[in-house]
Amino acid sequence: MDVTKIADFIKEGAKTLNIYKWDFGASFSNDFSVQIDKGVAKQLKASQKQVLTLRVWNDNDLVGITTTSDLSESGLKKALFQANLASEYGNKNEKTDFSPLSKDPIKSLNTKKINPSGIKKLLTVLRIAETKLLKKHEAIKSIPYNGLSESFFKRVYANSDGACRSFENSQAALYLYARAEEKDKKPRSSGAVKIGYSLEDIDVDTCIKEAAEKTISHLNYSPIDTGKYKICLSPEAFLTLLNAFSSMFNARSILDGVSISSKDSIGEIVSNPSLNLYDDGLHEKNISSVPFDGEGTPTKKLCIINEGKLTNFIHSESTAKVFKTKPTGHAGLGSKVSVSPDWLVVEKSNNSSSLAENLNHKKYLEKYIYIEELNAIHAGVKASQGSFSLPFDGWLVDNGEKISIESATVAGDFKTLLKNIVNIESDQITTTSGISPHIWIKELSITGD
Amino acid sequence: MVSTEYLAKEINFDDSNKKLLEDIINYGLNLGADFVEIFLENTDNISVLVEEDFITSVSPSFGKGAGIRIFKDKRDGFVSTNDLSKDGLIKSISQAVQMLDITETSSHNKFQGLEDLRNYSKRKNDWLKKVPSVDEIGEKLLLSTASLKKDPKVNIRKSSYARNWQQVLIASSDGTFAKDIRLHQTVGLNLIATDRQYRSSGSRRFGSSDNPNDLRNWDYENASNEVLESSMNMLYADYVEACQKPVVLANKFGGVIFHEACGHLLETTQIERGTTPFANKLNKKIAHEAVTAVDEGLSDNSFGSLSVDDEGMEPERSILIKDGILKKFISDRAGELRTGHKRTGSGRRQNYAYAAASRMRNTFIAKGDYTKEELINSISDGLYCKSMGGGSVGATGQFNFAVEEGYLIKNGKLTKPVKGATLIGEAKEVMPKISMCGNDLELAPGFCGSVSGSVNVTVGQPHIKVDSITIGGR
Repeated sequence: MDVTKIADFIKEGAKTLNIYKWDFGASFSNDFSVQIDKGVAKQLKASQKQVLTLRVWNDNDLVGITTTSDLSESGLKKALFQANLASEYGNKNEKTDFSPLSKDPIKSLNTKKINPSGIKKLLTVLRIAETKLLKKHEAIKSIPYNGLSESFFKRVYANSDGACRSFENSQAALYLYARAEEKDKKPRSSGAVKIGYSLEDIDVDTCIKEAAEKTISHLNYSPIDTGKYKICLSPEAFLTLLNAFSSMFNARSILDGVSISSKDSIGEIVSNPSLNLYDDGLHEKNISSVPFDGEGTPTKKLCIINEGKLTNFIHSESTAKVFKTKPTGHAGLGSKVSVSPDWLVVEKSNNSSSLAENLNHKKYLEKYIYIEELNAIHAGVKASQGSFSLPFDGWLVDNGEKISIESATVAGDFKTLLKNIVNIESDQITTTSGISPHIWIKELSITGD
Repeated sequence: MVSTEYLAKEINFDDSNKKLLEDIINYGLNLGADFVEIFLENTDNISVLVEEDFITSVSPSFGKGAGIRIFKDKRDGFVSTNDLSKDGLIKSISQAVQMLDITETSSHNKFQGLEDLRNYSKRKNDWLKKVPSVDEIGEKLLLSTASLKKDPKVNIRKSSYARNWQQVLIASSDGTFAKDIRLHQTVGLNLIATDRQYRSSGSRRFGSSDNPNDLRNWDYENASNEVLESSMNMLYADYVEACQKPVVLANKFGGVIFHEACGHLLETTQIERGTTPFANKLNKKIAHEAVTAVDEGLSDNSFGSLSVDDEGMEPERSILIKDGILKKFISDRAGELRTGHKRTGSGRRQNYAYAAASRMRNTFIAKGDYTKEELINSISDGLYCKSMGGGSVGATGQFNFAVEEGYLIKNGKLTKPVKGATLIGEAKEVMPKISMCGNDLELAPGFCGSVSGSVNVTVGQPHIKVDSITIGGR
């Protein structure tokens, strides 16, 4: 069933239930992926998925919802019926409506039509990548976590007020995580990920090079003494923390009382004044761009922190109404609409005179810890309290010598961390989750194993 | 050739389409597959959220899907689809054959047809009618959030319920033909307490399988008292200092460490990847002799229990470690094929979109002889981990687990509460340090995310003592 047919069927089906206000979001995807083990295809996967979330408004203007993967006529009828039943339990305290921006123009993204490369091609590319990576160093014994995938998806939003928008795109991803073993030493593992719109966009050789270099660089490791250290966070690590604590600027989390910010936090100084933070889902480097959110609101660039000052929250339609503002294009679609950031961009502000610019991870020779990657975010972050305790991969740098850290965790308070930023390097690095320079923190607690 | 009789129709979840399924399996075998498996799924779920004193979300969902897996030698191809017509299934099986680049017929094709349907769902057909209505669910959740109001410092109260009903039909070329209905229900409580600059949170999740009345019998008063007490104890807690000390891990959810740090390393998927240090340790000592560990799928109503696994095999009780000696790995069909370890009824998947893999079910350390007090009394300076949060295990076996509720142990007694503790270690180094096991084994429900998605499990243990472990803090 195509989108117009779905919309027409819902419109007609809704009428029979005396439902005159409805909207739906749907996604359709075809995914292909391969994994290998020492040259042998391990698992080859293809999947065709479809899912539709339908909201209906009843006579009392309360919303009911149902999600289904059954897009047959009988499935859609059942979805309408269930959503109508669920509307009896709609939230009376926070009325939901269509986004006032659901019919605003959306940005036309330059997407080219890409055809699937096919499983055989994916397999050939991954096989060559594995072979090359294994040959990079004698200590690299296997690539236990590897995969190459292509995904083709379509997102749709439509409502009974005439909004109807859709977007199609594709994405390819390669990940290579190597395991290195040397006699009388613990195994070490590291890797790299590359994403693009298609297989052709994936820089396979760079992925191999990065995975090899990272893994080899951790071969000579040492335990680290527990204590407080000056820290340099890689762009990936800083973005990981920002995303983990995004409830700080998430209006939904603030209204739910699970954020370290409050309704009145706009205007507060939350970090060193040298920090600017944007959410920019439409950034040209964001492979996962979608021009509208779950409620049909156009995606846009939003300044969140300007010169250390919290300037905007991210919103859905219902949170925007509470804050007497407009939705920002960050909503999902659900019974209780979720809100989440798209693609964070960190930069040095014009107010950066307080920064210690001698702190540069390429030049600084005195003692500090370089945190390359933070792990176990789901377990070690208490977003509602602002604290974190996370394992990491990284190095102790001392007198210009760089030694991989055997095993350690870093702990701290996120608000304090933002205020203790002592340098923001100039080079902005593009990662798979956003853009950020290297960020230096005055000190954080490190526990060595 | 496949008959066109059914092409546009959807497959039924019973034995009326036995011939059709045999046709589809034969189609795959005739194209050269060594083995063909069809997994059909039908789901009907609902989740309800209560915040403070109001129902704020009711989210029903339902759907159908199929996962088709074929093996050729030791390779496998997996295709999933929402199209359950015969056309859709034939297309999927053809795609799987193409993916594996099969050009020769199979010498393993000995398909004799499907066995008589093993119907595990007979006594379960009315479960969907017996589960609580939205009104009942809302009423119970509202009572539970109301019972969290006992202290004015509590300012966020939430209660949530989720019901997952799943009907499956499994047919494969070794003759397997099985049908089952699974019912999982969970209910969770969350609160945040604040007082000036102090802030603490508490949460508990309860769950069961195959018990439509579970929510009706839920003792919400007891549950809310437990969460409330934990949060109040932690509200003014100091951060723990980083150190290396003996610890006592509480029973029930304390078992998450064994599950994550050791259990996963005993799944055959880890042997296949070469990422377990225990691959060549069968019948060798890998843990302290105080440790016996079990993985099973049979306990009545436990969250990880199954009548039949997702590959059509009845679950067994597997003694993984006996008195410190490694006795068995957790295996599925692919694991048996690729590692030689016999299947244990542990082939599991989140849904039709995942191929089954070797996964834990109800996994626990068996009880020992000591009381909890004896464990604590044996430590002069240590940490009691009363409630564990989540954790992770890295690719090289290092684990990290957050301690949600911890107390210092001084001279054999519990003293002040501490927050921010993380337990850090490596399974093969920590397992020999579990020197005492209590006599109070209990299980707790959880969700385990891994290669075949998120599956329902229980973790468990009695109180246990670890002689020394690194504690991350500030």
